[in-house]
Amino acid sequence: MTNSQLTPGIVPGRLSAEAYCTNFADIAPPLDAHEVRVAADRCYFCHDAPCVTACPTEIDIPLFIRQIATGTPEAAARTIFSQNILGGICARVCPTETLCEGACVREAAEGKPVEIARLQRHATDTLMAKNAHPFTRAAPTGKRVAVVGAGPAGLAAAHRLAMKGHDVTLLDARPKGGGLNEYGIAAYKTAGGFAQAELDWLMGIGGITLKPGLALGRDLSLAELQAGHDAVFLGLGLGGVNALRAEGEDKANVLPATDFIRELRQAADLATLPIGRDVVVIGGGMTAIDAAVQARLLGAETVTLVYRRSKASMGASTVEQDHATQNGVRIICNAAPVRLLGSGAVVEVEFAYTEAREAGLHLLPQTFRLKADQVFKAIGQTLEPVPEGIATGGGKIAITGPGRTSISGVWAGGDCAQGGDDLTVTAAAEGRDAAMDIHLYLMGA
Amino acid sequence: MADLTTTFIGIKSPNPFWLASAPPTDKEYNVRRAFEAGWGGVVWKTLGSEGPPVVNVNGPRYGVIHGADRRVLGINNIELITDRPLEVNLREIKSVKRDYKDRALIISLMVPCDEESWKDILHRIEDTGADGVELNFGCPHGMAERGMGSAVGQVPEYIEMVTRWVKKHSRMPCIVKLTPNISDIRKPAEAARRGGADAVSLINTINSITSVNLDDFAPEPMIDGKGTHGGYCGPAVKPIALNMVAEIARSPETHGLPISGIGGVTTWRDAAEFMALGAGNVQVCTAAMTYGFKVVQEMISGLSDYMDRKGFASTADLVGRAVPNVTDWQFLNLNYITKAQIDQDLCISCGRCYAACEDTSHQAIAMSPSRVFTVKDEECVACNLCLDVCPVENCITMRELPQGEVDPRTGRVVSGYANWTSHPNNPMAKQAAE
Repeated sequence: MTNSQLTPGIVPGRLSAEAYCTNFADIAPPLDAHEVRVAADRCYFCHDAPCVTACPTEIDIPLFIRQIATGTPEAAARTIFSQNILGGICARVCPTETLCEGACVREAAEGKPVEIARLQRHATDTLMAKNAHPFTRAAPTGKRVAVVGAGPAGLAAAHRLAMKGHDVTLLDARPKGGGLNEYGIAAYKTAGGFAQAELDWLMGIGGITLKPGLALGRDLSLAELQAGHDAVFLGLGLGGVNALRAEGEDKANVLPATDFIRELRQAADLATLPIGRDVVVIGGGMTAIDAAVQARLLGAETVTLVYRRSKASMGASTVEQDHATQNGVRIICNAAPVRLLGSGAVVEVEFAYTEAREAGLHLLPQTFRLKADQVFKAIGQTLEPVPEGIATGGGKIAITGPGRTSISGVWAGGDCAQGGDDLTVTAAAEGRDAAMDIHLYLMGA
Repeated sequence: MADLTTTFIGIKSPNPFWLASAPPTDKEYNVRRAFEAGWGGVVWKTLGSEGPPVVNVNGPRYGVIHGADRRVLGINNIELITDRPLEVNLREIKSVKRDYKDRALIISLMVPCDEESWKDILHRIEDTGADGVELNFGCPHGMAERGMGSAVGQVPEYIEMVTRWVKKHSRMPCIVKLTPNISDIRKPAEAARRGGADAVSLINTINSITSVNLDDFAPEPMIDGKGTHGGYCGPAVKPIALNMVAEIARSPETHGLPISGIGGVTTWRDAAEFMALGAGNVQVCTAAMTYGFKVVQEMISGLSDYMDRKGFASTADLVGRAVPNVTDWQFLNLNYITKAQIDQDLCISCGRCYAACEDTSHQAIAMSPSRVFTVKDEECVACNLCLDVCPVENCITMRELPQGEVDPRTGRVVSGYANWTSHPNNPMAKQAAE
């Protein structure tokens, strides 16, 4: 391969083989045994701890840290998994700076929270390395539940339902389960094939049949699913991508950031992945950050992330933003795309500066252009397709209580449903809670 | 810099920091290095009688208690007295003392409990040039099984008898080292004084098992599947040692008897505390074993700075300064009333004060839904536990209620000094309540 970062256009192999390895290595490697002891000792074991309140799955964090500190990481892992069976991936991808670690009293005291995520990873890794599943399945109930979507919400629901003794059919439109964990999160956050390993481990509860490659609305209808099952849980995620609504959006090499990340996650060899010399990412959430950083790590010479509102309004946390800038991503705020230029393929993007006014975002007359071989759109995703006959609100499946939809016997959770942030941990909580509600529904009568 | 020169029972040293009789003082090589590092004195590791020396175990000699970052909090040992030939030790002592005339060099001794043995060893050490002797009546393991060490130190009559022999057969200043493995530390100190001791030193190590191996089911340190109790020392034992020093310093029977303070001295501050409670100097072992001889330099600069701040011209100004304030419970002022108060600007809302007070004390802290913690003065008994468990320094403080103010808990006006001896609830009250 003779390409370099300066090679024009969209080409693979801009870096050396070692550089790919280094760039996509585990972003927060496991703590060693002594680091764990020191980190765990910093927990104050707060009363009614703010970190627990801040966790969507309400893991008893002080308890699991104390269990780690006293040399029982597997007991700690059971404390974690009893609340959140996806505690392993959450330890890697949660924006803890806005959740548990943001609420840690040591953040208030000294700006250095207890390293909750890394401690959680230590506990969950320890237990998962034993390849033992920590829970046993209740006696079979004979009830059958279809879970649509094997992402975080679906996995959490499927596991809890199976644990309660129900037979679960877990469907997913893609060739593999895992959802965003497998297809939608930066590679360096889930190094070592963790998403699939976690999926296999989770299935160890028994009673879950995974059927990949089956899409609701394409291969199956909701009515068919209902007919064959006692209950249905929808954890569909968001399949559609918002349009830029800028002139020239249909030019070649203007892609959803989610497509770029998915291809990257599934690539057997990162050196074969083509990447532009000049890449522009439009959006301000975590998908935008993950796309921009990974574009840089693949060898793009310049990566610019442009967000239409202020830095403070970005969906990505300041930690994520800092991570991007440390990796050489330039962040421009308060600018919106107005035109994509180029004959056939995009070569430039024109932006107008913006100003937030009461009436909404206002485009100012001042504009600028950025060179772009590739443009990744990351300005939000949409529910697509909407399952037939189901009520929606705000573009998502409308729910009441723990995920009950407008259709009796059908529940929903995760990004496809109303309420909560679009986070793995929120999806895990919603899946779990819907499963408990389904369980009561199935057994209560 | 304040002058740290100390004269203890006539023995002069450039500072009050001596190394205790222990592994660090077992041979010339170490002691020379210690003196080079700045130690004011050394108590040479205990010598035994002429003849084949004792032997030590060949497995681990130490057990340890660690803090989370492997900070050494306490060490337990099962090492015996010196296992090197007597004549080697004597030759080395003489050689070191010749080169370090300004430093204190004391020889620790432990021989069988008969007058001839003591007379013999005292005769043998006479021409070493050492400044004094310390009688090891404290070692709690091994030697005690042979009728020496703490086996003597636990019987005040033996202490008196042996001390008397030592004073009879030697003109050297004599320090009696006491074991804490006894119910009332004043008794052996009184016995030492009766026997003519010039000083006591304390504490020796505390009988202990540091931990139990939960796979092999044996105490640590474990020797081939078995363990035995050892002597505990280091920062963990300091509070016990401070109390014993204070008891001797304030007891009428032993008041004025010079004390060499030992037990977990790790910093200049520890040393100053021992000295304030009556110790004329201190002896150190665990801190040196943990950090090396250089730690003495912090002790020297720290104590010197402290004395400068206080305007003390010599260590004598510090020694015993806190003794008058050590009293019996019955004399504590029951009208001294304080209330905890929480500085909301410093509070980090961990809720530890609340958990401690609500679960284990007097339900005197209120917690609001927004995690604001406040003291209920009407319930607060001023136990101090909230302050103790608070992770933020000075966030919780105790406010003294001035005389004339009403204590919301009792509804009574705060008045002047009154203690239990005159309290109406005391059946032994010496006088009626005011």
